[in-house]
Formats: sequence, C-alpha cells, structure tokens
Amino acid sequence: MLSTQFSGNNGGMKEYHYTGPVEHKFSPYAFNGGTVLAVAGEDFAIVASDTRLSEGYSIHSRDSPKCYKLTDTTVIGCSGFHGDCLTLTKIIDARLKMYKHANNKTMTSGAIAAMLSTILYGRRFFPYYVYNIIGGLDEEGRGAVYSFDPVGSYQRDTYKAGGSASAMLQPLLDNQIGFKNMENVQHVPLTKEKAVQLVKDVFISAAERDVYTGDALMICIVTKEGVKEEMVPLRKD
Amino acid sequence: MALQDICCYLDTLLGAPWNSSSSLSLPFGTEHTDLYSTTSDQKNFFSGTPLERCGGSPLRFFLPPPQIRGQFGKASSFLSNSSPTSSAVARPFPLSHGTTTLGFAFQGGVIAAADTRASCAGLIACPAAHKIQPIHSHLVVTTSGSAADCMLWERILAREIRLYQLRHRRKLSVTGAAKLLSLMLHPFKGTDVCVATTLCGWDRETAEGDEGRTQQDPISSSYNGTSSQAVSDLNQIRPKATAVGRTGPKVCYVCSDGLMLNEDLISVGSGSPYAYSVLDDGWRWKMSVDEAVSLAREAVYRATHRDAYSGNNVDLFHITAHGWSRREREDVKEEYYREKERVWYDRLQIKLQFYAEHVLKFED
Repeated sequence: MLSTQFSGNNGGMKEYHYTGPVEHKFSPYAFNGGTVLAVAGEDFAIVASDTRLSEGYSIHSRDSPKCYKLTDTTVIGCSGFHGDCLTLTKIIDARLKMYKHANNKTMTSGAIAAMLSTILYGRRFFPYYVYNIIGGLDEEGRGAVYSFDPVGSYQRDTYKAGGSASAMLQPLLDNQIGFKNMENVQHVPLTKEKAVQLVKDVFISAAERDVYTGDALMICIVTKEGVKEEMVPLRKD
Repeated sequence: MALQDICCYLDTLLGAPWNSSSSLSLPFGTEHTDLYSTTSDQKNFFSGTPLERCGGSPLRFFLPPPQIRGQFGKASSFLSNSSPTSSAVARPFPLSHGTTTLGFAFQGGVIAAADTRASCAGLIACPAAHKIQPIHSHLVVTTSGSAADCMLWERILAREIRLYQLRHRRKLSVTGAAKLLSLMLHPFKGTDVCVATTLCGWDRETAEGDEGRTQQDPISSSYNGTSSQAVSDLNQIRPKATAVGRTGPKVCYVCSDGLMLNEDLISVGSGSPYAYSVLDDGWRWKMSVDEAVSLAREAVYRATHRDAYSGNNVDLFHITAHGWSRREREDVKEEYYREKERVWYDRLQIKLQFYAEHVLKFED
C-alpha cells in the first residue's frame, strides 16, 4: 500500500497545495477500482467484469478479472479492495466445501447469497470493502442475480452494476433491460445473444468515461451446461 | 438450522475461528470460552451476555485490532474486551439510509406501509427494495435505518421467534417479539448499528383451539382493495373484552438506541413528519379497511413527494386475525399524474363556473 499517501478517502487524489502539517494515518483499505455487472435471463445468467487493477494514478495489472467461479451454476463478481476480494472468495470457497462435505450437495445460488450476507455482516464493525454481485441459476433453472452492499444487505434483481462505474451503467441498464423511463415500448424478453452484446456495449461506454475501468472485459455466461468465459479487449488508456 | 440448534448439534465451524465470525448455527448455551483463541493476535470476538440469555448468540462479530481502532487518538487498552462502542474503523463507503415507513392499528387489523427507495448518500442504490418483511403468518416488520442492519437483525429475529415457537408451542406475541429484538440490540447501543423497525401484527388468543392453527400458511394473495370479505370475517372473531389488551392488532416500535414503544400509530424514517401529518388527520379506530388502506397510501405518497430520500413505490400489508395479505406494489409516479389531472380538472371547473356566473349573465 505504498501509494495510500497519495490517495484520498474515496480513491481520488488529494490536492497538491500546502495546507499545513498533515497527520497521516494508516488506513487498512485501498480502492482498487473495477466494475462488475450481472444480468439474469430466462435460462441463463451473465456476470461480466473488467480486468484492470488500479490504485490512485497507477495500474497494477491489466489482467486481473473480478469474476470468480464458485460452482457450476454460480459466479460471483467482486470489486472494491482487492485484498478483501481475495480473502472473501477464499472464505466462500472454504464454506462451499464444508457445506458439500456436511450435506452431500452443492450450494444453490440463493443459499450462497444468504450465506454471503451473514459472512459480510459478521464484519459489520470492520467491513470487507467489496461490492459483490452473484449471478447464477436458481433451483428451477432460471437466471438469478443477487446484489450486495459491503455490509451484507442483499436483494434478488434482474440486472445490477457494481463498482466504480456503477452509477453510470445502472441507469443505462434500467432503460435497456428494464424498459424504464420510456413510454409505449414493447417489452421484449432478453435473449442470450442480445444480452452479451448489450454487456459489451455497456462496458465499452464505461471504459470511455471511467478511468478505473478498461483493459479487457471478461464475460462469464452461466447456463445449465456450465460456465463459459469470453474475453473482449477494451481501451487500455 | 433451527432443529440443529435445539439438538445442540456441535457444528464443525466452531473449530475454525478464522471464518466462524459469522456463523449463525451456534448451539444454544455453548460455552464460548473455547472460541477465544489465546495465541492469535487479532481475534477479538464479541459475545454479549444478553444474547446468550435470550437463547444463544445469534451472530459472532469480528472486532478490528486495537491499532486500527485507536487511530482516532484514544488510548485503547481498555477496549480489548468491551463492546465496540466508539471503535469501528472509518468506513470508505456510506451505508444506506432514508425512508418512510408507517404502521397503525384499527378495528379491522393492522396496516403496514412503506416506500421502496434504498438510498446511499446521494445515489439510489435500489428503487425497488422490500422494506416490509413478513416474520411469521401474523407478524410483519418494517425496516428503517441502515438496510444491512435491518435485514440481518430481522433474520435473527425470525430465527429466534421460530425457535421460541418450537420450544414453547406457541407464537411469541408482538410485544414479546419487540422486547426480544430490543434486548438483542442493546449490546450494540453506541455503535453505528442503526435499526428502527415497527413490528405490526395480530396477537392471537392462546386457547387450546389455537394449537392446531399455528402451522397455518400465511395468506399471501394480492389484495385488490375490496375488503368486505375481511371485515365480515372479523365480526366473528372480535377479541374478548377481558383480554382486549393482550389480543388483537398491535403495533410496536423498536430502535437500536434501546427504545421500545407500544402505540396505535407509528411512522419512522426521514419522511415520517410528512406521513404523521396525514395520519394524525385521518386516523380513527373505527375506520373501515378501505379507508385505512387509502389513508396509508396517501400518507406514504405525500411523504415521498416531499422527502428526497423516499420514493418510487408504495408497499402495503394488511394483517388480520387470519394472517397477513399483501397489496400490489404501486408506483407513486402514477398517483402524481392522476393528481395533476384532478387538480387541472378542478381548476377548469372553477373557471367554467366563474364564466357562467359572471360573464354569461351580461350577454343575455
């Protein structure tokens, strides 16, 4: 965390004029950027993330995807502080294994979401600085997306964007997938191909306007056949 | 999980302190000393005794190490085994707050209504949140304050009520549930846990005839507003005069400061002043169900209009002796446009009347 002294509280940069003696405190958090997105369809779910890992003005890595495969029917996207993302995914993997050994079945998406909520709330007074979105198939084979806040509040949605460009992407998804804020429009159900194309377009827009999003896009498509990954280049500047 | 608890089944999670900080499946009455690892430098599990007294600790919390906690300049040597009062780490993100919820009792049951906006500093994190959660067939809880705190504490409350029901073969009353929640939240007084909930429910008589009905499924049909059916059913099961304080509709307010109130009319949240003004004007005990529903809708709608942190939709639940039923979610945008048309139409009427009275006369 060499560059914490250069970062402000929310990942932006501190100003460069002299304000007097400043006390530097150790902050256990850093903001590593990145955007994740998940869309649920009739029989599929898509979880996508960019692969840029940044801190302040630097890019640590151009190949650090934020989607992690949990089971054959569930993928999680975690953005925020990379250290907490890694630990959280390790803990989730361990809990999944323990559940499998204790109950002889794989955890369903809904169960993983409920478990993650309690894991996050267990750290209510020293939270994991991670914005999670789980995408997968529910017991009936329909697509499900569960979005979390850093302290464990969660909700099942049809689509959700999280991370640094979430405020830019969410209104676009509301309009294109939820058909919100439009009058006299036919509600066409979303096909897998159209959803993938929409996700690519949306991330290209995010990379144009958000400095922490870019380099490449990793799309994980979850269907009953399993999880398929696709990598698409984005702008690298 | 509830069964596991009663059977005192020791889950293997107890042996792994590094990730059991959030296990909900701890057995009743376990000795917690073996969880405290003596060698590890950063383990400092918090376990409040009021929680143990009310049936096992519902959740383990991980406290940050003293170096982080003490960064605000306080000497923190005494903080290592006390409650997390002033010592949370500075969070880099805001939590969600801001809402309008209300609950009131009347002769036809209890109405619980809320908006559906979950906001987080200036951003609307979710326009379609569920702020009213059913706990069991005759109790719903409205959430206000921090979304994560409310959601988790309501899960814990639902678990404790279910355990109580399995152990004692009757449902806990609304006041009892409120007291339980208040006691569970008390150890966190002074931290930034922010929970302000209204428990709305119907206490049933604990006669023998009730035993068979405790397993009843909740009524969850959507509610169209024509409620003559519900009112006529109510006439047959009006609570007895001698037990009127213990059965029937009940509304309780519980907040994380430790306050517990027993009232007929409660509204909580940033939009509550606006909701209170509408409710105080229109509430009467002898209201019909239709009047009550429309009063609740109007109160939430007016609050969403004036409060920036409330909005989007209105959720409404109606609880009677048969259980809770949910009305379909309504977008306040529609109501706003309907009202605008009504106001326009009224103004047009006034203009036409003026014209007829004062202008047409001279043209005869």
